[in-house]
Amino acid sequence: MTTTAPTLGLTPGHRSRSRRIKNVIATFFIVLAFFVALVPLVFIVGYVVQRGSNLFSWDFLTQPPPFSARLPGGGMGPAVAGTLIITGAAALMAIPLGVLGGIYLNEYGGKKPLARVIRFLAEVMTGVPSIVMGLFVYTFIVLNTEQKNALAGAIALACLMLPIVIRTTDQMLALVPRELREGSYALGSRRARTIRTVVLPSAAAGIVSGALLAVARAAGETAPLLFTVGLVEDHTNWSLVHGINSALPLEIFTNAKSLFPPAQDRAWTAAFTLILIVFVFTIVARLVTTFFGRRTAVL
Amino acid sequence: MAVSAPPRPDVPPAPPARLSGSDRPPGRLTDRLFQWAALGAGLLVLVILGLIIYSTLDHSWAWFQQEGFGIFRDDWDPAHGQFGAGAMIYGTFLVGFIALLISVPVSVGIALFVTEVAPRRLRRPVIYTIDLLAAIPSVVYGLWAFLVLRQPLADIYSSVSSATGDIPILKTLFAEPSVTGLSYMTAGIVVAIMITPIITSLTREVFATTPTPLREAAYGLGATRWEMIRGAVFPHSRGGFVSAVMIGFGRAIGETIAVALVVGSVQQISPHVLGPGDTLAAIVANQFGEATGVYQSALIGMGVVLLAFTLVVGVSARYVVARYDRRMGAVS
Repeated sequence: MTTTAPTLGLTPGHRSRSRRIKNVIATFFIVLAFFVALVPLVFIVGYVVQRGSNLFSWDFLTQPPPFSARLPGGGMGPAVAGTLIITGAAALMAIPLGVLGGIYLNEYGGKKPLARVIRFLAEVMTGVPSIVMGLFVYTFIVLNTEQKNALAGAIALACLMLPIVIRTTDQMLALVPRELREGSYALGSRRARTIRTVVLPSAAAGIVSGALLAVARAAGETAPLLFTVGLVEDHTNWSLVHGINSALPLEIFTNAKSLFPPAQDRAWTAAFTLILIVFVFTIVARLVTTFFGRRTAVL
Repeated sequence: MAVSAPPRPDVPPAPPARLSGSDRPPGRLTDRLFQWAALGAGLLVLVILGLIIYSTLDHSWAWFQQEGFGIFRDDWDPAHGQFGAGAMIYGTFLVGFIALLISVPVSVGIALFVTEVAPRRLRRPVIYTIDLLAAIPSVVYGLWAFLVLRQPLADIYSSVSSATGDIPILKTLFAEPSVTGLSYMTAGIVVAIMITPIITSLTREVFATTPTPLREAAYGLGATRWEMIRGAVFPHSRGGFVSAVMIGFGRAIGETIAVALVVGSVQQISPHVLGPGDTLAAIVANQFGEATGVYQSALIGMGVVLLAFTLVVGVSARYVVARYDRRMGAVS
């Protein structure tokens, strides 16, 4: 039995040199692209941690800033409180409504024309720039109530979160096998009960993770809050409706433009705090999908 | 934001009808209420979108009335009551275009890295890492670009400008670099970083839908990996890719805070990409606080114009996907 070498070069070794070189070059650039994207991530996070972690302390989270931007020390207490209640209120509005809307789309609407229109508009709505959302709440709510407060900011953020939550819920519910629903009906449940006790729990991981990502996104938004919450600096305002409030992104935006190094330091520390909040939410969202779910939400 | 949505299973089954009397399961009222609540929440999207358009248009009407087609003129001068938005529209598109120019090649590279090159174990970590870029708030990008990035960029700009001083076209394009580093280019670079995650995740999904038989056929013909990508993955993904880029562009033109900090805030139509300019979103963020009367209504009008652009871009992106889905549906 003699073996003859194949006449046609089909193994990688037989490809012409130029083709192999092209392949290597292309692979190099593909891998390079990933590292190019890593550079800004490392730089930004590195800078924020380096410049922002020094001042970070319990006092920074609770104390108001000094009365003059020139002075060092002080904290971002009002802004931390504002971010918490504004984002919290936005989540309380957007998540239940968004989940309900998603339930309508997948469980009741299906492929009906109305559901298709809403699905399409929800997709369009995710593309509405956040500054436009700010202008909308300013013209529709602030001008009518004649006051800026945390609630107006929360509504603006909720408008940004709503379509994200709706679409995630819709997508996650679509993955629930129909046999589960049929089983529930066979046991005598009505639709609402089936959705509450069978469908939602089995899609819960994906929905929770999507909602957390939406909250993380909203917590970092500045533009919708610019004209809606005002900027209070001297005291912490825990009220949703009484008086102007503040938020970390607003303080960062204001202090970044300041010429005084102490104010810039406070901006870096505020950025550190904000990134901490946002990353914690993002990572928890990932953990939820990793440990409890099969699919990841795509925003 | 699925460019190619996974095939939607049939409509979920409805409960059996025609049960009567005591056979009916309990909770009929709750059932109805729940259905109406769900429908109401769904309709909320429609209502809010309608209100956004109505309310912003209503409060910017004074501007549209005063300027007419003059909104496209390049004569922004609030002190003299002139509110042409030409410079801001130009700046918005220029910054968006620069951002795409930088972001698209990188995003396609990362998407290919994830779907074709990286070992399976590494895919998820890579995706999560890129998604962290999307998690960083716009204002933090702005802070970093404004306080850290702009000085080194200003130095680079001035050397690029002098190096290209004799080359036609480039000498105009790169003329008069910004000394402060605040420019269209700086804004474009920052926005490019910000839209990379979204374009990456959309193109990644599109690439991943390339059928395995196509890939195997390419390999079977002796193709290298790159030849397989060019011959099988790219042609299959064209429609989804175009729409991913458009969605990225829609995000880019809406970016506000980071751009407001680094674009330079000079209202002019200028061919010098290394010089300062302004965009629709940025001017609203920077000037809204001091505006009243027609000035304020002009700034709200900027929002309306921006909204119109993003809606057009978003809807056409969707249209591209629909067309492409139909074609691919016919083939497979």
